[in-house]
Amino acid sequence: MTHSLTALDLAEARDGLTARKFSARELTESYIRAVEGARPLNAFITETPERALTMAEAADQRLARGEGRPLDGIPIAVKDLYCTKGVLTTAGSHILDGFRPPYESTVTEKLWQAGAVMLGKANLDEFAMGSSNTTSWYGPVENPWRKQSERHSGDNRPLVPGGSSGGSAAAVAAHAAVAATGTDTGGSIRQPASYCGIVGLKPSYGRCSRWGVVAYASSLDHPGPMTRTVRDAAIMLRAMAGHDPKDSTSAPVPVPDYEAALTGDIRRLRIGIPHEYRADGMPGEIEVLWQQGAEWLREAGAEPVEISLPHIKYALPAYYIIAPAEASSNLARYDGVRFGLRVEGESLDEMYELTRAAGFGAEVRRRVLIGTYVLSAGYYDAYYLKAQRVRALIAQDFAAAFERVDCLLAPTAPSAAFAIGEQSDDPIAMYLNDVFTVPANLAGLPAISVPAGLSADGLPLGLQVIGRAFDEAGVLRVAEVLETAAQFRHLPAFIAGGRG
Amino acid sequence: MALDRATVAHIASLARIRLAEAELEPLANELSQILNWVEQLNEVDTSAVAPMASVAASRLPMREDRVTDGDSPEAILGNAPRTAPSGGKAGFFAVPKVVE
Repeated sequence: MTHSLTALDLAEARDGLTARKFSARELTESYIRAVEGARPLNAFITETPERALTMAEAADQRLARGEGRPLDGIPIAVKDLYCTKGVLTTAGSHILDGFRPPYESTVTEKLWQAGAVMLGKANLDEFAMGSSNTTSWYGPVENPWRKQSERHSGDNRPLVPGGSSGGSAAAVAAHAAVAATGTDTGGSIRQPASYCGIVGLKPSYGRCSRWGVVAYASSLDHPGPMTRTVRDAAIMLRAMAGHDPKDSTSAPVPVPDYEAALTGDIRRLRIGIPHEYRADGMPGEIEVLWQQGAEWLREAGAEPVEISLPHIKYALPAYYIIAPAEASSNLARYDGVRFGLRVEGESLDEMYELTRAAGFGAEVRRRVLIGTYVLSAGYYDAYYLKAQRVRALIAQDFAAAFERVDCLLAPTAPSAAFAIGEQSDDPIAMYLNDVFTVPANLAGLPAISVPAGLSADGLPLGLQVIGRAFDEAGVLRVAEVLETAAQFRHLPAFIAGGRG
Repeated sequence: MALDRATVAHIASLARIRLAEAELEPLANELSQILNWVEQLNEVDTSAVAPMASVAASRLPMREDRVTDGDSPEAILGNAPRTAPSGGKAGFFAVPKVVE
């Protein structure tokens, strides 16, 4: 009985709790055991079982009084980029050693207000910089999926979960959390969702508050949900979203009932197929899956339309100027004075330099240095302003496309999950993982990854739906149709809570 | 653009990250590779395009100028590696001496 509880998705767990088929405490206890069982994946940096039980008991009391809230008793993982009051918050970095925030991020506060239960803080790439979850100070996360033994050619090394929200994705895929929060600056929700066979939604810029989320690149950072189903993403997003006066870029727009938007009716919707995404030697199996996705939408009554996003090939290089530039500025605060690691020095400058040398890993250091360079005197116009101008062209490309179509369909990532250690020698090869996801960050558009099929090696592959700004409802509706057509019922090799 | 060791040392000093001598050459190579790759942006004619800093509304919201939070020195200093007392209580962040 207890094992099968972790096999329930969010909507099923919610309905079971509301019907009092099981208690929040029973559900939470199952997940606490699943989190312990999932330790070989290294998906959590901090486990918070006592807090989870306290929160579950409060949820049970409300449910017993008939005062249940939208997420009452739902155990979730929180990416360790969200500040949680009094609970260690690391951003996956040595430089935040011992940091216990005296405040709670707006998004997690909303989730707790909605009744969710915190299982712990999920591992991630250091400061969310990475596409493989191998840059964390707390070690790499392992993907619960393995290549299928009859298919791989002797190579069955552990795989990356993708990144940067790799711990969140692995925890959800392995049934060690019902759902999780992630953040997406260049694909960090959608790419790990694709690699782990789950759903990941990057909302519009401004939809979910960034307040209390450790900043990487402020104009590109998007908090969002990671879940087992599209319906679950709709439920989570409604609880996470909303205007926040504490984030000046938070949008003062109403939050609809996203679950009610899942009508299954996409008749006469026009679905853009951006042909430029085919460039750069896309693997055949991903091209085939993409065509299959377009066909599923056509069968549901939508109309796929070829469209052009002429500047899309420049999105990735523009991103790798803008994001490091913003990062170099945001990460200036880690100086050994107010929080985290400090390495003493003879002078103030020496203390700064030694602290930051010891505290930042190789990828963070690389991006801070690139960012410092492109913002420095003499190079600002040539690199930073140039990238911002290209960003404007990319946003214009999307705006023109959305005059003709209602949403876009594209692959999420150019490959399935790769082995831990692969691609780590070449920064640019690693950056190319984000080639299909970065454009939606530059343009601030909602985009979701839905598991749609398996690779030849038996690994999950995602398809991505991108919509108009603040049309998460439309994106979710199309995504649910894809999900229904794909019938993706495969489970990873490693399931922490048992197979139900 | 190929970065030399001296340039890497200079930007590391601007970024306040201490690098060992042996780290300069490999970093110069990595950073040069990244810069060469992003320079493909020069293929794009952007002469008629204004830079875009953010997709958020360009006018920041305004609010009344009054204190909404604060007066919590213990919470603020609670994570500091070193503090200095003020009147018997925690009062300051402590740093190495900066004036002679």
